[in-house]
Amino acid sequence: MSAQKDRWVSSLSFLLFCASSIPTQGSARLLQELSPQEYFGSLQAGRASLAYFSPNGSPGAQPFLEQIENSAEALQDYGISVVKVNCPKEDVSRYCGKENSLRKAYLFRGNMLIREFPTDALFDVNSVVANVLFALLFNEVKYVETLADLQNIENALKGRSNMVFAYVPATGTAEHRAVMEAAFVYGTVHQFVLTTEATLLKDAGNDEPDVSSARLLFCHCQRATDLAQPCRRTAMGQALTMLNIHRHLKLMGAPLVTEVAEHPEKVSTVHLQLGLPLVFILSQKETYEADRRTAEFVAWQLLGKAGVALLSRDLVDLNILLRSNVALKTPDEGVPIKYLVLEDTDEVITLVEDKSKVEQIQEEEEEDEQDEDEKENDNQDIQDDQVVEAVSRDKKRELPLEQILVLTEETFHSALLETARTVVLFYASWEAVSLAVLRSYTEVADHLKGTRGVLLSRVNCWDWPGVCTKENVTQFPAIKIYEKGERSVMYDGMWGTEELTSFIMLSRVSCPLKLATIEEAEGYLRGEFPSELSSYHHTSILGVFSTATSEAREAFEEAGNILSGHVTMGMYFEDDALALSRKYAVSPPALLLGRSGGRSVEGIALSKQSAQDVVRMIRYELLDVFPEITVQNLPRYLQLRKPFLILFSDGDIGQMESKEMLKLAKGRPQQAFVACWLNLKRTPVGRGVLKAYFATVPSLPLLVWVNLHAGGQVFKFPSEQTITETNILSWLEKLKAGLEIPSSTLSEEDWKPPLPAYDFLQMMETAVPELPLHTSHRHGDTPARRPPESPGGDTTVREEPPQETKAEKVGSPGRDLRGTAPRLAAREKQGKRHSEL
Amino acid sequence: LGLALYAGSLCAANGAAFLYHDYCVIGAGPSGLQAAYFLQQAGRDYVVFERSHAPGSFFALYPRHRKLISINKRYTGKSNSEFNLRHDWNSLLSHDRRLLFRRYSRDFFPDADVMVRYLEDFASLLKLRVQYNTAIIHVTLERDEQAWNGHYFLLTDQDRQNYKCSSLLVATGTWVPNVVNFPGSEYVEGYETVSINPEDFAGQTVLILGRGNSAFETAENILGVTNFIHMVSRSRVRLSWATHYVGDLRAINNGLLDTYQLKSLDGLLEGDLEDLAIVKDKKGKLHITLRFYLENRNTSAGIDSITLPQDELDNFATRAPYDRVIRCLGWKFDFSIYNRSLRMMPGKGNKKKYPQIKPSYESRGTRGLFVLGTASHSVDFRKSAGGFIHGFRYTTRAVHRLLENRHHGVPWPSTVYPITQLTNSIIKRVNEASGLYQMFSVLADIILLRENATAFEYLEEYPVGVLAELEMQTGRKAPNGLFVVIMEYGRNFSGADKDVFYYNRAVGEAQHAWQSNFLHPVIYYYKHLPTEREMRLRPPDWPLPRPDAVHHIVEDFLTDWTAPNAHILPLRRFLENCLSTDLRNFFAESCFLFAFTRQKLPPFCRQGYVRMQGLVGSEGLRRHAVEAGLLEDYSLTDFSGNRAPDSYEGSQDQLLRDHTIPVRPLQHLVNAKDE
Repeated sequence: MSAQKDRWVSSLSFLLFCASSIPTQGSARLLQELSPQEYFGSLQAGRASLAYFSPNGSPGAQPFLEQIENSAEALQDYGISVVKVNCPKEDVSRYCGKENSLRKAYLFRGNMLIREFPTDALFDVNSVVANVLFALLFNEVKYVETLADLQNIENALKGRSNMVFAYVPATGTAEHRAVMEAAFVYGTVHQFVLTTEATLLKDAGNDEPDVSSARLLFCHCQRATDLAQPCRRTAMGQALTMLNIHRHLKLMGAPLVTEVAEHPEKVSTVHLQLGLPLVFILSQKETYEADRRTAEFVAWQLLGKAGVALLSRDLVDLNILLRSNVALKTPDEGVPIKYLVLEDTDEVITLVEDKSKVEQIQEEEEEDEQDEDEKENDNQDIQDDQVVEAVSRDKKRELPLEQILVLTEETFHSALLETARTVVLFYASWEAVSLAVLRSYTEVADHLKGTRGVLLSRVNCWDWPGVCTKENVTQFPAIKIYEKGERSVMYDGMWGTEELTSFIMLSRVSCPLKLATIEEAEGYLRGEFPSELSSYHHTSILGVFSTATSEAREAFEEAGNILSGHVTMGMYFEDDALALSRKYAVSPPALLLGRSGGRSVEGIALSKQSAQDVVRMIRYELLDVFPEITVQNLPRYLQLRKPFLILFSDGDIGQMESKEMLKLAKGRPQQAFVACWLNLKRTPVGRGVLKAYFATVPSLPLLVWVNLHAGGQVFKFPSEQTITETNILSWLEKLKAGLEIPSSTLSEEDWKPPLPAYDFLQMMETAVPELPLHTSHRHGDTPARRPPESPGGDTTVREEPPQETKAEKVGSPGRDLRGTAPRLAAREKQGKRHSEL
Repeated sequence: LGLALYAGSLCAANGAAFLYHDYCVIGAGPSGLQAAYFLQQAGRDYVVFERSHAPGSFFALYPRHRKLISINKRYTGKSNSEFNLRHDWNSLLSHDRRLLFRRYSRDFFPDADVMVRYLEDFASLLKLRVQYNTAIIHVTLERDEQAWNGHYFLLTDQDRQNYKCSSLLVATGTWVPNVVNFPGSEYVEGYETVSINPEDFAGQTVLILGRGNSAFETAENILGVTNFIHMVSRSRVRLSWATHYVGDLRAINNGLLDTYQLKSLDGLLEGDLEDLAIVKDKKGKLHITLRFYLENRNTSAGIDSITLPQDELDNFATRAPYDRVIRCLGWKFDFSIYNRSLRMMPGKGNKKKYPQIKPSYESRGTRGLFVLGTASHSVDFRKSAGGFIHGFRYTTRAVHRLLENRHHGVPWPSTVYPITQLTNSIIKRVNEASGLYQMFSVLADIILLRENATAFEYLEEYPVGVLAELEMQTGRKAPNGLFVVIMEYGRNFSGADKDVFYYNRAVGEAQHAWQSNFLHPVIYYYKHLPTEREMRLRPPDWPLPRPDAVHHIVEDFLTDWTAPNAHILPLRRFLENCLSTDLRNFFAESCFLFAFTRQKLPPFCRQGYVRMQGLVGSEGLRRHAVEAGLLEDYSLTDFSGNRAPDSYEGSQDQLLRDHTIPVRPLQHLVNAKDE
């Protein structure tokens, strides 16, 4: 970005150089003060000067004179001198004599008076410069008031020259000045037309013009061939400043489509120099003419926003996909060129417009920062933490906390004994994440209203730190579920309403649940038993043990403790356990997994013996083969640390795709990747993911391969191919062989501080330079911080230079024994310290 | 060899007579009992020696007028017990909630008898091992390579009973009255014995020597019945509300300032007491003169021959004779019981009433000897609260922790947190911690960073003066940099001659926080533990050497530093910039986006979401975040999907609007709050 800024600055200085090279030399002083004779004698033919007449000896109090003086420097750039003519008292000539003329300024070219300006037209530097240039550039800048005038000029220019049409709400404004300054430089190249009539703007193609803001349109009349058609117009999107106008005219002046025969890396055009992206249309010999027309079409759409270049691939050896037809080069250094396969010119335009929108915003922010240091500080104290900000925006709303019992140090222990299960939210009332969770907690309370045997409660650790410490809560928020008089479980799941509700419900049932009969066991696998859970769980896990396998059972029970609340686990070890497991083709010890209401039951032998192994195994078995990925379940799949093959879909996926993907997921060795799909309707943030990958949301459904944990490359499955297992597999082969080029690569950037902190150390040093902050200050080796310096060791007197303090204190002891001998005596004894009073 | 044999036999001969304890504590006042409590909790072998028959014998006599000037604030509007200790200056630390002073007295300034009763309860309820009626009259050392500190402490009581200890904790306070000797000082009555019955002063003219709280307390008591009171001392009066030092003159005792400034006959004078002389005339009236005059005369001559200042200067201020002169000059440490080998030296200058100790409260002369309580006040004399119960209850705990580490290998207690809790743990402590608050600039919380700044270790209330020795003193390691959390007053705010009520004395804006005047939290960041040399060469009046970065949390009228934008946000930015990371919180949805679009995740997502503890957030909150422009709402962009969605633009606009209109409508209130 800084390189881009440099370019800006250099082109601006070039402009100023052009402007300032016009005046002749000899302007040592900006504002000259001359007598009338001197002034009229010095006027050179062709030189413009702005003069005002001031009676000698008058205080010159008129404020407008100040404004003229301030304008001297700006006007000098345009070769216009500013002169204050001191009228002698007795002078009664044309300019000096009349009282009236003293309230005016006069613009001369040579000795010819061009215009007189009443003082009210010259209220500030902008108005002075704008009005003076307006008067001088009478021919270069046409002023129009009616549509007919405008059309006449436009028609006259067709096929000959381009027109710059500007609307300003009023003359003498900063925008007016900018237009005039641009006209000074470009007036010979383009015809400038100015109006203050908003109606003209309306007909100039703006349906709802904002009459309060100035507008500038570039009318491409030079290329216009059809006299009946108005010239094409390109509006300038930015504010009317000298710099923006200059930039716009530069862009308009650049060729519409640049034909290049170099590698895009080496190509540079005025667009890139001005900080705009450059779009390459990648062409081939056979299609060159058609591509050229496409390029021109796109170029018109992007005029002023991006440059368009046409590159024939036959001329340059590009190591890119054959299918790629568009490349995007951004002005930012170090950003690689993106090669894309686009199907529609609209996509090209969206690509650029989205980008420039974001960039424009960033740019504006940066400019703000540069404008004022204050601004920068303002950003620093604006909240950029989404959670904190959301919570503080919500703080006025009263939370429905009636369902949630407030516990205190006194009531905590007794409350735990009253209900079978007490859920306690430990939080801090000042902490944002806690408060965000408290909001979800109220929703949980609403869901569980009327559920017997569960009490929801909360402890504010800011009020009762003792309880929290005793309960081993060191961070907020924390949720613990206490079983009456027994153990407690720390909640370690997602801080969401659904997850928490389900956790509370599931943990009501002991985990694992001991099933007594084979009917219960079967019902359990179908999800019908125990009845209170029928609406909550998805997969039932049943451990089947023969009475002999107590070691495996212990591990299973321990695993149940760990997984309590997250899964439903049952166990069955009656005599007919063998029969039950046989039914599912395993022998005890074994796990039976009843998925989707018992429609499929899977049997797995329990070979592993430690509880941790069982936990790991259950967690793994609970993962779906081809899951719909959501915000809530992604972490479970992330832990596999595999690449993701994601099918993005707007809504449910089609049956065909679903079938093919499932085949793929099941068929492959599962270690290789996570095959999943994402429903943009249910997980809209997926759209953000797509935007990050492709800059725009491509057509859906779309299959994407993401190397999340290795390299971060993103590959897009060719949209012309149908999603079938075979196609995907052959594409994956190509990926593996490195034959495909990634669409993008995930940023490897670290998470740095979003904004700087206040540098208090530096502020201290600037504000109190004598403050010996540097360790170079030697203070001797005494451990005492400073020697006692005044009677009674007044050590709290700080930071004054010690010399002064001492000087002031001399003579102060005994001051109240005024004019007496003790004072004399005391003074002599100054050196001795009295410590004890 | 012969010498060694001799020494050995001596030890053997006397060995039977020694009663051994790992720890001996001298004095069962507040700090002795406080130390005993911690030793007991840790299961250590200790004993407390108390010369009186009950604890707190000093409080049985003093203050003479029985009114404690330590506040007993029973209501704060808060239930946080740690916070409430900030305004309870009398309780000692214990786990027993019965032992809170507000349960003992309803008075804001309680009666000293209540303190005695409280200390008795503290010792008995907690079953502290105190040996009463045991006055230690001599302390000496016995060299022994095997001993913890290379020597044992040998203590002798009034009955010649000997005790032997590995570590000696001196909690004797300062109880020896300060006296001044000048001609005529025999006519001076001491604070210890002077009558406290105002009737005894009716119609008398009184001169009080001294200008501390005891002098003003004495004056306050008799103000209404005397002709007038004059008060003389070397230094000007130091008001605690101007110096922010609780040992200076407290407003509760300052009635005499009123009557002096309103010219109601009472008065204050500055003068050196050592220049003074008192002569008694035949009527028993006491006249002030100068030692200077006496030295030039024949002292044996009668009163008539002595020059009085008013003989030469007839408007001499104290020319009126006095009926009584009372000495209220405070107390000093009893150095007399220590053998020379212990090298218990008085401090320098105004600290000569205290023994010389290091910032770790260990004696400069003897290893293993720690000074606790009031006698340890040289560390922060006239600065912080180390000389008072509400301060030394914390320094005593610090000493105990140092000892646990040194002698028992128990490292300083600490808690390890993930880095996402960094801002929170600081905010929590600065808002409730009492030790940091009372012992400002002396005790500090230390945050030791773990490798890669993914976690940190939190140590509470470490004596900041020995920061350089942290690793050795605490048994914790600090290889990756550290934060020091401390409380400070503005550097140029407090002082005897400062106007502490000037306009705009309080800073309201976070960006000017370093100019805060009232007590506020300051966080120092060091990439490396400061060395001893750096500690020694630190700027004067800085508790710490120059840090790599420093942050002040702006002072707060309510001392409530939980404001999200003024307090927490700048702190977070400071921590982020020190650690070069992003400490923001994110909703699960944002983490989801980052997980798919970035190779690295911010700490909050890494330590929460990825571990299946993401913050899902309620719908309302997510909507607020979208409105704030801090979260993008992708759900409104359904249709064809290749146009820039309006909502996106909208949210960005919102972001910009927020940038241009900072929401601070109450700014003027913030600034004017103290005026």
